[in-house]
Amino acid sequence: MRLIARILTTTASIVALIGCLGFTPTIANADGAKNLAKGKELAFNRKKGNCLACHQIKGGTLAGNIGPPLLAMKARFPSYDKLRAQIYDARTNNPNTIMIPFGPHAVMSDKEIDLVAKYIHTL
Amino acid sequence: MKKIATVLSALLIAATPFAGQATPDDDLEAFRSYYVKQFPEVPMNDFVNGVYALDAASREQWEEFEEFPSYEIAIDNGEEKFHNKFANGKSYVSCFPQYKKGIKQNYPYFDIDSGKVVTLESAINKCRSDNGEKPLKWKKGAIADISAYIASLSRGHKINIKVPNNAKAIAAYNRGKKHFYAKRGQLNMACADCHYHYAGSKIRADILSPALGHTSGFPVYRNKWAGMGTLHRRYAGCNKQVRAKPFKAQSDEYKALEYFHTYMSNGLEINGPSQRK
Ligand code: HEC
Ligand code: HEC
Repeated sequence: MRLIARILTTTASIVALIGCLGFTPTIANADGAKNLAKGKELAFNRKKGNCLACHQIKGGTLAGNIGPPLLAMKARFPSYDKLRAQIYDARTNNPNTIMIPFGPHAVMSDKEIDLVAKYIHTL
Repeated sequence: MKKIATVLSALLIAATPFAGQATPDDDLEAFRSYYVKQFPEVPMNDFVNGVYALDAASREQWEEFEEFPSYEIAIDNGEEKFHNKFANGKSYVSCFPQYKKGIKQNYPYFDIDSGKVVTLESAINKCRSDNGEKPLKWKKGAIADISAYIASLSRGHKINIKVPNNAKAIAAYNRGKKHFYAKRGQLNMACADCHYHYAGSKIRADILSPALGHTSGFPVYRNKWAGMGTLHRRYAGCNKQVRAKPFKAQSDEYKALEYFHTYMSNGLEINGPSQRK
C-alpha cells in the first residue's frame, strides 16, 4: 500500500515536473492543430459554413466566386476580432450582403464560429 | 433643418424598391438595363436560355441534350391528355379555344372579376373542376405535360403580361416583387441575391442564371428531377435551398411571384418546354 502511494506521488511529481519544463505547450499545440482541423472541417461542411459555395479556399475544390478568395487573411484582418465579427454577422459591414448571418441565424454555434474564424485567420 | 430632413426622407423613399412610386414599367426598364449592362455580349432574346446564355461550355452540352430532348415525350403525353374527353364529353379545347395559335405568352394574367392572378396551371385545373373532373397535382406529372404541350405551341410568341390599373392587380404585382427581393430562410437570401446581384457568378460549381428570361422555358425537364416540373416546383426548390419553408404550389404567394417574375421578361420569346440539368 505504502509502495503504491509512493509510486503514485512520484509519478505525480514527475508529471508536475514535465509540466514545469514546458511540455504543456506541446500538448496545447496538438490541441491547436486539432482545432484548426475542426475549423476547416466546419468551414468546408455544406451543412455548416459551406464557405466554398462563395469563396475559394486553399485545399477546397469546386469553389464559387461570389465572395473574394480567402487568403492572406492576417494582412486583410490584422484583428482576429474583426474577422470573427465578419463571419459571425457579415451584415454589420454590409447590411445587404448575400453572406449568411451565421451567428444570429444560428447556422453555427458560437463555438463553431470560433473554430472557423481561427482556421480562416491562418490562411 | 426640417426641410432637409423631409427632402432626405423623400430621397430615401424614392430609393427603396417597395415605396410604390415605381410603376411596373419603370421596374421593367431598370431590371432590363441592369442585365444589359452586366452581360453586354448576350443578345436580348438569348436570356430565355438561362445559364446557357452565359456559359459556352455548359451550352454545348445542353445543345446536345436539346437535339433529343427528354421533354419530347411530355409534349406527346400532354397532347393526348389535352384532347382526351372529360366524362361530360368536352375536353380542354373548350377552355382554351385559342390553344393552336399559342397562348402561353399571356399567362399569368390578372383576372379583374375574381381579383386573382391566373397562371396557366391554375387555368388547367379550373378547366377540370368546371367540367366536373378532379384537379391534378400541381408540380409534376400530367399538369406539367399539358402545360408543356401548350407551351410548345406558343414558342416564339413574345411574353405579354399586363398589370391593369386595378388596386388588386397592382397589389399582386407588388407582392411578387417583394418576394423576389426579400431575404428569407435561415440562410437569409433573396431570389435577387442569386439571380440579380450575382447572376453569372458561381455558387459552388453552379453558374447563377439571370432572372430575366427565367420563366420563358417552363415547364422544364430537369435531369436532377429525372422528369418534368412546373415553375412553382422550381420556386419551392429555390426556397428550400436557403432553408426557407416553401409556399404551396399555386398559392397566392407563388402566383404573385410568377406574375412579377414573368412581367420582367415581357417581350422575350416563349421557348418552353426546355431541358435543364
Ligand atoms: C452566399 C455567399 C457567401 C457565403 C456562403 C460565405 N460568404 Fe463570406 N463573403 C461573401 C461576400 C459576397 C463577401 C464580400 C463582402 C460582402 O458583400 O458582404 C464576403 C466576405 C467575406 C469576408 C471578408 C473578406 C474581405 O477581405 O473583406 C470573409 C473573411 C468571409 N467572407 C468569410 C467567410 C467564411 C469564413 C464563410 C463560411 C463560414 C463565408 N464567408 C461564407 C459571400 C459569402
Ligand atoms: C442560394 C442561391 C439561390 C437563391 C436564393 C435562389 N435561387 Fe433560383 N437557382 C439557384 C441555382 C444554383 C439554380 C440552378 C442554376 C440556374 O439555372 O441558375 C437556380 C435555378 C432557378 C430557376 C431555373 C432557371 C432555369 O433556367 O431553369 C428559377 C426559375 C429560379 N432559380 C428562380 C428562383 C426564385 C424565384 C428564387 C426566390 C424565391 C430563387 N430562385 C432563389 C440558386 C438560387
